[in-house]
Parts: sequence; structure tokens; C-alpha cells
Amino acid sequence: MAMLMKGNEAIAEAAIQAGCRLFYGYPITPSTEIPEYMSKKMKSSGGTYLQAESEVAAINMVYGAGAVGERVMTGTSSPGFSLMQEGLSYLFAAEIPCVIVDVMRSGPGLGGLGPTQADYFQLTKGGGHGDYHGIVLAPASVQEMVDLTKEAFDIADYYRNLVIVAVDGILGQMMEPVEFPPYQGRKLSPKTWAASGAEGRPKNNVISYYLTPDLGESENLRWGQKISLMKESEQRFSEYLMDDAEFAFVAFGTSARITETAVDMLREEGIKVGLFRPVTLWPFPEKGLSARLPQIKGLMSVELSSGQMVEDVKLIVNGQAPVGLCKRQGGMTPEPEEVVDAFKKQLLGRGQG
Amino acid sequence: MTSGITKYLFAGFGGQGVLFIGKVMAQAAMLAKRQVTWIPAYGPEMRGGTANCSVIISNKRIGSPTVGKPDIALVMNEASYQKFIASVVPGGTLYVNSSIVPDLPGRDDIQVVRVPVNDIAHEIGEAKVANIVMLGVIQALTPTLEDEILIKALVELAGKKPELADLNSRAFKAGIEYARKHV
Repeated sequence: MAMLMKGNEAIAEAAIQAGCRLFYGYPITPSTEIPEYMSKKMKSSGGTYLQAESEVAAINMVYGAGAVGERVMTGTSSPGFSLMQEGLSYLFAAEIPCVIVDVMRSGPGLGGLGPTQADYFQLTKGGGHGDYHGIVLAPASVQEMVDLTKEAFDIADYYRNLVIVAVDGILGQMMEPVEFPPYQGRKLSPKTWAASGAEGRPKNNVISYYLTPDLGESENLRWGQKISLMKESEQRFSEYLMDDAEFAFVAFGTSARITETAVDMLREEGIKVGLFRPVTLWPFPEKGLSARLPQIKGLMSVELSSGQMVEDVKLIVNGQAPVGLCKRQGGMTPEPEEVVDAFKKQLLGRGQG
Repeated sequence: MTSGITKYLFAGFGGQGVLFIGKVMAQAAMLAKRQVTWIPAYGPEMRGGTANCSVIISNKRIGSPTVGKPDIALVMNEASYQKFIASVVPGGTLYVNSSIVPDLPGRDDIQVVRVPVNDIAHEIGEAKVANIVMLGVIQALTPTLEDEILIKALVELAGKKPELADLNSRAFKAGIEYARKHV
């Protein structure tokens, strides 16, 4: 049965249903309903909610819990996510599965609370040090927040890799009807690598450092193979009216929702546009977008940032078609009419009307 | 209200229950198997005292969940009146709590409905249900859903408090009656 739920609460409930029994976090708007919900529900679910003294502490608690093989999550918002970057790099190197939620707020600096997607570079290019990647899932509805959060834990366990669920403040705060259908998970191997008590078996070390350069390189090459595998296997996207589209918008999260309405408005004028929505920000769904390029005369990235994802779009388009940008920053969202106007100005070469 | 989609804005100061009546609309829309989104203003202004939420009810999948230009807006206090009157879509309706919002300059291209909901709520005996009275007024004049569905939503959201469900249902009906007699 459907129920109305805020996106943040839906993420928390989905995590519990996915078997997450440990949550560590430090509250920060607009993600606070995640720890709030966990603080209410985790104990009765047989788990532990712990409010850490800081985001730095929280991410290292995640490291510890993940290292012993537990399903663990933290949730935060951009400034807190920045504080966690060192931890993310360590989590990758130690190959500890975990799920991190970033309900973005605008920056740079303390930033406002309004919806934004300006963490795109940090999310997708490795915000911490070293060569690493987390898989980044970008839902665009409360239902998708449920579905992808459940799956995030499986993906994390499958690859022994961190998975980030990235949304903006509107998605975190918005209520939509959601359902929690039974979830058929992936087939997963037992966590024989976990430091879960060595009685009756050789001990396991879950560590991130290799001080000799030759070992450092061989480990990096091995991690590189995993990155390639994830890049090959985990690209996801969703399309709206793309089959006969001559122009494509590229947008994720809330900006994809706004763009969907802009697509409807342009279609009413007889202009063949569609929406290509990345569901994974990393790996970017380059195969799906490339497959559409032969039919496309022009693209427009719609973003709540100065234009970050547009760089990835341009890499894939590689000069084969013009790539425009429609953006708002600092917590503002464009009206669908603004997207329509930007499209007409930049890609049709004419102004409004 | 084009093509089966209605966009609402509910605004007032904290404690007037504007987020709640948005939730009632959203819950009712879900019960009616319509598509629906509900977004609260979640910025720092909530701590300063004003609150608002926007609701979209649609027959088809909802793209943009933001409401820049509501079809139907409700302002429970003067600050919200000043802030939102310009945003109502031409041909739309602005509901005003005339118990505390003075008769300010309006607009010719929208319908402005002034109802003293605080006073009506006071007559019912519970000042805090002014928001539900207004919900009844909105339902009487610009309905999107059936009366019964809204009452069902009110009852569901009252949870395990039957006396609250009863009070809210009475306030809702009082709003409907007032609108039919006086507006």
C-alpha cells in the first residue's frame, strides 16, 4: 500500500529494510530527517543509531562497522560530505562496502539550504585523495530513493566499494506516495574478508596502506581493474521521449523533473526533444548517451550548479553536436519556462516566442 | 489547472497549520489514486516564523515538483499575502484569512476570496482549526477531489485521536457551509 513519505525518511526506511543495522551521523539540514528517522527506528529494528561528534568521526565509525562486515550507512549534506572525503578515500582503499547519502546544499562555503547539484565534481571525480571512485546513484523521485537505496547496499557488498546516494534538498524534503515492495537482491558471497573474529580461521586485516611503491602500484592496478568493471557494468540511465528526439536534454535529480515538464512544453510546440537522465552519475552512462548521438542535433545540460556534468556530456559528444547549458545556482531552481527559453536561445538560435 | 494538474501553495506563519492542510490535500490525492507531490519551504525562514508548502495534484506523472505559479494559493497572514499575491497564475484563486489580513490592494486578473476563518474557528470552539475551515472553503469553491476523500484523509492523519478527527471534520464542513452561504 502506498504511503506519503519524505524522501529523507524513505531513504532511512529503505536502508533498514535492506538490512542496515548501524547508522552513524551528525545532523545537518537538509538531510536531518535521515538521522532523525534512524534514531527513532534503529533500536526497535535491532540495530544501533549513534550521533557522532562530527562528520569526520561518523565516516570513521562507518569504516569500523563496515570492516567487520556489517551493513552500515551515514547521511549528511555537502559541508559534512566535504569533511568525510578523507574517510571515503580510506574506505575505497580498504575495500569496505558502505552507503553514504549526500543531500546536497549549496556552496561553496556554508552555503544555503536550497536545492543544488554543485557537489557533482566531488561526487564523481573522487573528492578525496588518490585514484578512486564511489558508485554514485542519483534518484529523481521518492520511490526511486527507496529502490536505489535498497540496491545500494547490494552494489556496495558486491564490489566491496562505497556507494553514494546523491540527492538535492527538494528530493530530501519532498513527500510523494511510496511503496516498499519485497526486494529481490543480488546473489552475494559471504564476507570472508571481514575482520569479524578470527576464531577457527586465519586472521583478516582490513587495511588501506601499502608503504612500498611496488605493492602500492600493484594494489592500484587491481583497484583500477575493479573501477573498470564497475564502469562497464553499472551505467544506468532513464529516458523520456527519446525515441524520435532530435534534441536531448541531459539532467538528473530535481533538474530532470523540471526538464521533463520543459520537454512536454516543447513537444506541444511540435519540437522533437527528449530527456536523457543519468541514474548513475558515476559511472556516467556514456554508452546510453553515445547510442543516441546519431539522431541528435544538439544537447543541453540542465544543472543546479555552474555547469559541472556538462563537462562529461561534452566529453562523450566530442564535438559531434552543440552542447548547451541551462543552470541555476545557490539554491535556486529554474522554472520549466526558463529551460524552454534557454533551449530556444542556445540550440534553436532564437529567443522567446 | 491546465490538463488535469492543479498547483497549490499554502502559506502562513508557524503554528497556523499550513503544512498540515497541504498534507491533508496530498494524503487525499493519494487515496484518490492521483499523482501528488508535497514540498515544504525548508529554508531558515521556518525558524523565523513563516511557513509554506506547495502541493501538485495531477492525473498524469508529475515532472517539475516546484510551484512557481500556483493555481490556488492560501495566505493565512499578511506577510504571506504580500509575498505571494503576485505569484498566483492569472485566472487563479487566492484565499485570504480576513480575520487577520487587512483589505489590501488585490489583483483584477485573479479571484480573491476573503474568509474570516479565525472567527469561524472560534465559533466552533477551537481557534486552532482555522486552517481546516479554510480547507473546507477551498473545497467548496475550487474542488479538485471529492469531499469524502478529504474527510477520509483528515481522519487518517488524526491517527489514534478520534476526537481530533471529529473536530477537524466539523471544521471542514463549517468551511464548506460558510463558503456556500457567504461567498
